[in-house]
Order: sequence, then structure tokens, then C-alpha cells
Amino acid sequence: MTSVLMAGFGGQGMLLAGKVLAQAAMRHGLQVSWLPSYGPEMRGGTANVIVCLSPEPIASPLVSRPDALLAMNLPSLDRFEPRVAPKGTIVVNATLIAREAERADCRVVRVDTRALAQAAGSERAANFVMLGAYVGATGVLPAEALEEAIAEEFRDGKEKHIESNVAAFRAGLEEAKGVHA
Amino acid sequence: MSKVLMKGNEALGEAAIRAGCVHFFGYPITPQTEIPEYLCKRLPEVKGVFLQAESEVAAIHMVYGAAGAGIRCMTSSSSPGISLMAEGMSYIAACELPCVVINMMRAGPGLGGILPAQSDYFQATRGHGHGDYQCIVLAPSSVQEAVDLMMLAFELADKYRNPVMVCADGMIGQMMEPVEFPGDGRGPPMAENDWALTGCEGRPRRIVNSLYLNPEENFAYNVRLKEKYDRAAREEVRFERYGDERPDLLLVAFGTMARICKSAIDDLRREGLKVGLFRPITLNPWPFAPCRAAMDALPEGAKVLDVEMSMGQMIYDVKLAAEGTRKIEFYGLAGGLVPSPDQVAERIRALLA
Repeated sequence: MTSVLMAGFGGQGMLLAGKVLAQAAMRHGLQVSWLPSYGPEMRGGTANVIVCLSPEPIASPLVSRPDALLAMNLPSLDRFEPRVAPKGTIVVNATLIAREAERADCRVVRVDTRALAQAAGSERAANFVMLGAYVGATGVLPAEALEEAIAEEFRDGKEKHIESNVAAFRAGLEEAKGVHA
Repeated sequence: MSKVLMKGNEALGEAAIRAGCVHFFGYPITPQTEIPEYLCKRLPEVKGVFLQAESEVAAIHMVYGAAGAGIRCMTSSSSPGISLMAEGMSYIAACELPCVVINMMRAGPGLGGILPAQSDYFQATRGHGHGDYQCIVLAPSSVQEAVDLMMLAFELADKYRNPVMVCADGMIGQMMEPVEFPGDGRGPPMAENDWALTGCEGRPRRIVNSLYLNPEENFAYNVRLKEKYDRAAREEVRFERYGDERPDLLLVAFGTMARICKSAIDDLRREGLKVGLFRPITLNPWPFAPCRAAMDALPEGAKVLDVEMSMGQMIYDVKLAAEGTRKIEFYGLAGGLVPSPDQVAERIRALLA
């Protein structure tokens, strides 16, 4: 089983990116769970989701030590970095987080999500840059599975967003290549 | 039908539709509001009725009325809202009417919080309303099981003419998992019966009533209800075992907590420890005999640990099962805190050290 904690400000799209990851993994034949934080959140507050992927049935969807962390903002990195499993993967949104990750045992990928998302055609696609970097760094699923899941997410009248989000995903993927442990 | 990725709350709504539910009455409350949200979109598509009541008290009495008219119906709420429904639940059980009630438990007491908890166990299994009545209570631990138990809930409600509660927690309501819905159509309509108020033209009138001023008559009626609950205890008990068959430590947990225990068990078995789980699926009727058998089969010196997202409620049923033959240890967090697999594993290591 592998697990990833995806965290950021509410509205940065980490829950959606997690849903696309879960959808892709399910279509790929894996067991999945998508467990969001649903506390009394407010605008500007934090939101996070834990996604588990496994060939076996998933016991606890609540994970003590996630294998990967996608930190979209500084509060998320500060709060969750110590919890990442040894030799895990940390993807840091370099656009908003100035500091380096402190975990020396983890693979760390820093991504300038805003620049890459803008180049892909939509600044709002920063979440999919992060997802791309995670998939690029871990090889958790084939890129095509994610691209199909993005297309599925934006069907029913939202098709115009597919191209930029897939491009953002690919930009993140490229950025993270070469950090395979 | 292929698997779909769905939130627990929405999956419960769809399961109700598949089970043939046509009327929903409710009032919004976190963390279950996606159930009415889903059904308010979906029920009109099957020519059903969705009605947001002015309160939980009103909602449960609308269920009372619809059930009395022989309509397959339900409501859903979360802890404080379920408290408000207690009076109506007693009347529905008293009048022997079928309905399904979902409690997506949140932290209490009082308004408490909106995070997951299992602290309505007493309320669910000990009757909540007044009088000698019981609810059948089903506790899912995954989104798929929530769907399966929701279908079963409607079946049991009809079979026993009694309210059936699906008792989950906010985590199951809010999380997404792949689900498959059994069959592709809708459940059969309510069977022909001799109790529903459908208009008495051409037949003797029927009465839905729970007032028995004559004590002998009222007692006989209570005996009849008790026979029904005893029959459910013989026929409907459900549970699951996980991990070692004869462990050095047997966990007892339900719902979300049981899933978390499974992860702790997986970790500990890799360390060579022998740990197992007994998971009640029916919280009422409770699997007393199977749990006792599991405890009696434990090796000498083995321990039993009850784990809950509460200050300790189901532990009294575990103690009833043990009948004083052994000590029952307890670990739990409440208030919306959920014990992690690591925290459970740490407690188990300490007990086995």
C-alpha cells in the first residue's frame, strides 16, 4: 500500500487533485480510499486529504505516516513534514514556500507551480502541477491513467479545462523526473 | 455494474434508492448533509418525495406518517439531531412500522463537534426513546459495507416492522471509496400487508396506535415486541473476524475504529505478535455468543482490548459477553479525535509487554 497526504489552503484544489488520483488508481485496478479533513474550515484555512492506493483491501484510510506529502503552503509543510514515512517523498510548492524541506531522508521535489501552471495555460491548475510532480517522482501510476482521470473529471460541460490541466500535470511530471531514488 | 468512486453519504443515498425507498424527510446537519442533498436530486427522478422538514422532530414524525401509510421511507441525521428524533422512534417502534434511520455520528455531548465519533452507541443500542422497544442497529466500516447494510436495513425494517438504524460516523460519510451497487434495478415495492393505512373502502379499517391504557393488554403487547427482538437476536447477528484466530490479544471494535485496528494488526503481525479482531456488524442484536466463543478460545493469559471512538460504551456489551470471566481492557479517544493505527498498536504492545 502507498499513501499520500495532500494539503494546502482551501481552494488550492488539493482535494480535487486527490480525487483525480483516486479515480485514476481505481480505473487502474487498485483499491483506493480518499479521506478528507472536514473540520470547521474557513476561507484561507487549510484543507487536506489522505489518499491510499493498494492492490489489497485497505484497512485504515487514516494513516499515521503517509508515504508522501504534497505541501501546497507553508502551514502544511510545517505541520505534516515530520509525519512523512522514512524515505518518503515530499513535493513542495516553491511558489509559496520559501524554506527548504528539512527531512534529509526523503526525496524532495520543489516545484514553482504558478510559473508552470501559467505556462500550461491556467494559473488555477497549480494543483495538477503538484500531482504531476508526485507521479513523476514516485512512478505510482502511469501518467496516462492520470491524464484520463483528469479528462473524466472535467467532462459534462467543463471540457475546456482539460487541456490546460493535462498540460499542467505533464509540466509537473517533467519537473520531477530524475528524482527517482 | 462497474465500480464508482463515491462519498459514503452519497453512496448511502443511492443505496436507499436501489432499496426502493421513495420518501425522505430530514433536516440538514454536518457531517451527513450530502445524504439529503443527494436524495433531493435523486428522489424526484424515481417519482419519490424529498421533503426538508422544519426540524428533526417534524422529520421523524413525517417518517412515522409515511411508514404508517405503507410507504418505504427513511430519514438521516447526526448525533444531536438523532436525540431530537427519539420520541418519534419510540412511537414508530411501538406501532410496528418499518423505516430506516441513518446516524452519521459526530462528537458529543450537546452540540459537541462535527468530527467523527462513536459516542452514540448507548443511544443507538439502548433504545434512545422511552419504553421497552429496540432498534436493529447496523454498523458499516467501509463505504461498500455502508451500501450493503443500507440495502439490508430496508429488508430488515420490512421483515420486523421496526425502525432499523444504520450507525456510522462522519469519517465514513465524508470519505470516498469505490462502490458497486448490487443489481441494476430498484428494490421491490412494499409487499401487500394488513396494517398499512391505505384507505378502508371495501375492507375493515386499520388503526395505527400505541396507546394501551389497560395494563394487561399493554403487557401482552410488550411481550409480543420482546418476542420480535428475541427472534432478531437469533436470526440477524452479524460479525467479522480478522487477524489471528487464537491471538494473544483480541481487539473488539466496530465501524471506522475496527478498520483502524486492522491496520494496527497488520503492523503488529509483521513484528511477530499474535493479534486478532472481533468486529460486531450488528450493534443490536449484539453478537454475544460468538464474541464469548472467541474469548473462550483464547490461549491462557491472553488479553481482550475494546477500542472505541468514545469514552467507553460498547465495552459494557463486551463485559456482558465475558460475564465476569476475564478483564476487558479499554482504549479510546473522543471529542472528534480518532485513534491512529500507531496509537492502537502502541497500546497493544504495552499490554503484551
